[in-house]
Amino acid sequence: MGPHPAGHPGRERREMTHDPSHGKGGAGASAPTGASAALGPEAHVLVGNADLFVNWARKSSLWYLLFATACCGIELMQAGASRYDLDRFGAVFRATPRQSDLMLVAGTITHKMADRVKRLYEQMPEPKYVIAMGSCANTGGPFYKDSYCVVKGVDLLIPVDVYIPGCPPRPEALIDGIMALQKIIMRKKNYGAKA
Amino acid sequence: MEAQAIFDTLKGKFGDAVVELQGEGFSPAFAVVAPAAVKEVSRFLKEDPDLSFDSLMCLSGVDYKDKFAVAYHLHSLKHRHAIGLKAMLPRENPSLPTVDDVWPAANFQEREAFDLFGIGFEGSKDLRRILLPEDWEGHPLRKDYKYPDSYHGIKV
Repeated sequence: MGPHPAGHPGRERREMTHDPSHGKGGAGASAPTGASAALGPEAHVLVGNADLFVNWARKSSLWYLLFATACCGIELMQAGASRYDLDRFGAVFRATPRQSDLMLVAGTITHKMADRVKRLYEQMPEPKYVIAMGSCANTGGPFYKDSYCVVKGVDLLIPVDVYIPGCPPRPEALIDGIMALQKIIMRKKNYGAKA
Repeated sequence: MEAQAIFDTLKGKFGDAVVELQGEGFSPAFAVVAPAAVKEVSRFLKEDPDLSFDSLMCLSGVDYKDKFAVAYHLHSLKHRHAIGLKAMLPRENPSLPTVDDVWPAANFQEREAFDLFGIGFEGSKDLRRILLPEDWEGHPLRKDYKYPDSYHGIKV
């Protein structure tokens, strides 16, 4: 306290420093902004519902599984690199499903790969989300007709949250898809992972 | 060396095992050989110093509906010439000797022809499916292949 008079609460003093117009101290009932002024500027009160906080936390750190099976993977790599910079959205790649929130299915899924896709999805912890990137993952794309080996859409294997069209989609489209997923996550209720 | 000269060399060496030269519409031209002689012809083509076909560019299966064929595209890095080799196989149990001890690169390509056409390569050091799952039924590039309804419960 030093030079100040003993017994003078530091809180009042600092409020005086910040806002000299409140000459008598912080407890003035005549303060224009009501509660916040009554508690003083140090009292940062956050009022909201818990869903908002949980959803905001989830959507802001969508760690995605490195899972690229075809040319969409090249676009995914670009989107993750410095020019498009998916890190801005809190989306960084993980090399293991056990640390991933989001499975970006980037490319053609063959029947030989199908078992692996399912297993990787099951290894991810809840809450988990899936984006089907590109025509192959959406519907089988160019292999839709007369192909014995390509799965006609990854939604035959695992539940999909967002479908991104394109062959392959540009990084802007992928970022749009991730933002669409963020909007979906913000609508979830009661800490729910499922919509 | 020109295709005709290579064919004449083969004809002189192997006689009736070398059937004909298909030059029309093919580049390089194909020398059609008897399936049983494929390995000997291949070894000669690789080891003869005037031919010296050290590179197996491609090994393909072909389905002609009434018969199968295996086509080999050969190239010589030393002499900068090329030739095709073709062996006609019957529709039932198509099979011929492997060339993976002549050109080790043949192994993966023979496995592909086995996987997709069901052509057997006798004496191969490792003849398994290469592209499709181990438990797949049938050989999809055959003209008479019937698509399965589902695989492991997933609609095809």
